[in-house]
Amino acid sequence: MSTPASTENHPNILLRLWRDKDTRSVFIQIITMVIVFTFLGLIINNVVINLEIAGKDFSFGFLNYPAGYDITFQPFISYSPTDTHLRAAAVGILNTLLVAVSGVIIASILGFTMGVLRLSNNWLISRLVYVFLEFTRNVPVLLHILFIYSIFLYVLPVPKKAINISDTVFLTNRGFIFPSPVFEDGFGFVWIALLAAIAIVVFFVRWERKNQDATGEHYPVFSISLAILFGLPLIVFFISGAPMAWEIPALKGFNFKGGTSIKPEYIALTFALSYYTACFIAEIVRAGILAISRGQTEAALALGLLPNRSLQLVVIPQALRVIIPPLASQYLNLTKNSSLAIAIGYMDVVATVGGITLMQTGKEMETMIIVLLTYLFFSLIISAFMNWFNRRMALVER
Amino acid sequence: MRALAKIALTAVAVGAMAFTATAGTLEDVKARGVLRCVVSTGIAGFAYPDSSGTWKGFDIDFCRATAAAVLGDSSKIKAITSTGKTRFTKLNSGEGDVLWRNTTITFSRDVGVKLTFVGVNYYDGQGFMVNKSLGVNSAKELDGASVCIQTGTTTELNLADFFRANNMSYEAVTIEKNSEARAAYLSGRCDIYTTDASGLAATRSTFPNPGNHKILPEIISKEPLGPAVRQGDDQWADIVRWIYNATVTAEELGVTSSNVDSMKGSNNPEILRLLGVEGSQGEELGLSKDWAYQVIKQLGNYGEIFERNIGTNTPIGLARGLNDQWNKGGLQYSPPFR
Repeated sequence: MSTPASTENHPNILLRLWRDKDTRSVFIQIITMVIVFTFLGLIINNVVINLEIAGKDFSFGFLNYPAGYDITFQPFISYSPTDTHLRAAAVGILNTLLVAVSGVIIASILGFTMGVLRLSNNWLISRLVYVFLEFTRNVPVLLHILFIYSIFLYVLPVPKKAINISDTVFLTNRGFIFPSPVFEDGFGFVWIALLAAIAIVVFFVRWERKNQDATGEHYPVFSISLAILFGLPLIVFFISGAPMAWEIPALKGFNFKGGTSIKPEYIALTFALSYYTACFIAEIVRAGILAISRGQTEAALALGLLPNRSLQLVVIPQALRVIIPPLASQYLNLTKNSSLAIAIGYMDVVATVGGITLMQTGKEMETMIIVLLTYLFFSLIISAFMNWFNRRMALVER
Repeated sequence: MRALAKIALTAVAVGAMAFTATAGTLEDVKARGVLRCVVSTGIAGFAYPDSSGTWKGFDIDFCRATAAAVLGDSSKIKAITSTGKTRFTKLNSGEGDVLWRNTTITFSRDVGVKLTFVGVNYYDGQGFMVNKSLGVNSAKELDGASVCIQTGTTTELNLADFFRANNMSYEAVTIEKNSEARAAYLSGRCDIYTTDASGLAATRSTFPNPGNHKILPEIISKEPLGPAVRQGDDQWADIVRWIYNATVTAEELGVTSSNVDSMKGSNNPEILRLLGVEGSQGEELGLSKDWAYQVIKQLGNYGEIFERNIGTNTPIGLARGLNDQWNKGGLQYSPPFR
């Protein structure tokens, strides 16, 4: 078919190269790369040109200037308006982290519970959970946040009419106020005892596993560990003469003074994000459990395992393999959704560096880069952790 | 590969040219036939959509005045709503042509955010609103109080400064939108609501029981509110500046929307210059001869715009105060039309 004349024909060579699977894929990859890089270059070039036209320089120097604004909720590092924008950003980032971590924990507990209840044989329970799931999942999360916040504000009383629990704990619409511990000299021993208890527990768990492998004996690991963890520091605490006092909150003027206050903004945001995300987790858990065939449980029971142990040792480890990958993306969602905080005045990274700092300095590009990198960093850490966990749980083929 | 690189570079260069905003805002607006004003998401009396969806208010009327002068028709506006946070970005990115959104002129905004402020159409100051039942009579009695603030404003900084200067502590509840901040104040989450006094009056007018709340006498800051344009377009800045000046001059000279036609026959040369009967001010600005006539005919002078939207006969009920004419004890003072 191929005559000498046709091989000299230029277009035909191209056509033949195109028909070759390997060269074609190389071609397509090169073209795609060029398009992607051209587009990126176009965007960056435009940013540079437009910033230049607007007469704005690109620098992060503003981070060292005094911020001038106040952040109410600063549980980790102290901050006052005379501190720098950098410190304000740090407070915001830590507040985001706090919501993300506590949200993930609460969402997991709620989600697993609801997922299991959804499969309950009790018709009423499974239907109730089902209705709650469907209602919650199909309403935007921002509305949940605003809803919970306004419930908080309107249901709980103002400080002057606070719900008073034996003159120590007060519930108001400005937060839950608890007595805060004041550590006195000698409390250091308690910390040392706690560290020692942790070491003992780690050692005990390892020994128990070995012992079980060797002899088949099984101890109630969880309750023993718990007893050591709480018991040892508690004993040391009383031996060293209880070196701790409580600072009791009291109403002075407009607000309570003293004690620790958990702000309604934090509670509303964390709670709303948690139960919203928990609904998705519940469905993932249900899917995971249903994915394990009934035969697995029957086989475990036939081997003589108690129902509890068969769930623990046979069903859940297998279900986790189905659950973990979609669970990771729910954790990522929760973290990213926490950026809605500003709607109810919780000072997270978007509200501080991406909000007030942006406004005061006019550095849109720089502040947004900080905010983006913060979320990217958190998300990558969650991804890395969940990937590691997934690998650990993966099927070990023998 | 070299050829490809060249093509890529050319594409980048062409794209850059296509994307870069042109300098002449006036030409852009005329070509588009619509003026895009960056306004707030809704403040009673200043900028809000009424029940039929038409934008109304003090700032909106100045936006309409701009459209009347530039396009001859005050209805040819598009309201670009923005929060306190996004307003400068919306102006600077070219999404809007002019910012009429009770924005305080400050050094950092003028210099750092690269805006050109062209006048002060409302002299304001930050105040405090409290529930009367608290029995507070002065802002100096607010030690330890919780304060609701709307974010993205100069308010946060003034508040921090005021409490620091008076050695008082407070708890700030910083919320993005007026609607949620208002709800937090009404529920008792905060003792105080703080923003510009005009904003307090506007917000109070929307409360279920406005009479239960009072605005404390202390004004803790200077808040000159005015329009802004992008830096670097001097012609456009001049246009917006003189549209505002025209409304102030018209009030000073007694020209109103009802007598503007007969005023064309006035023997006061400044009125004749203002209305475009004499002189060439319209052409020098790049506008039609009767630009200021259109503004006054369609919207009225400064006093009319003020009284219609936020004056003592409206629910907002603001007195002229600092915003009266300079010869009546206020600060509204326009350079002469000469």
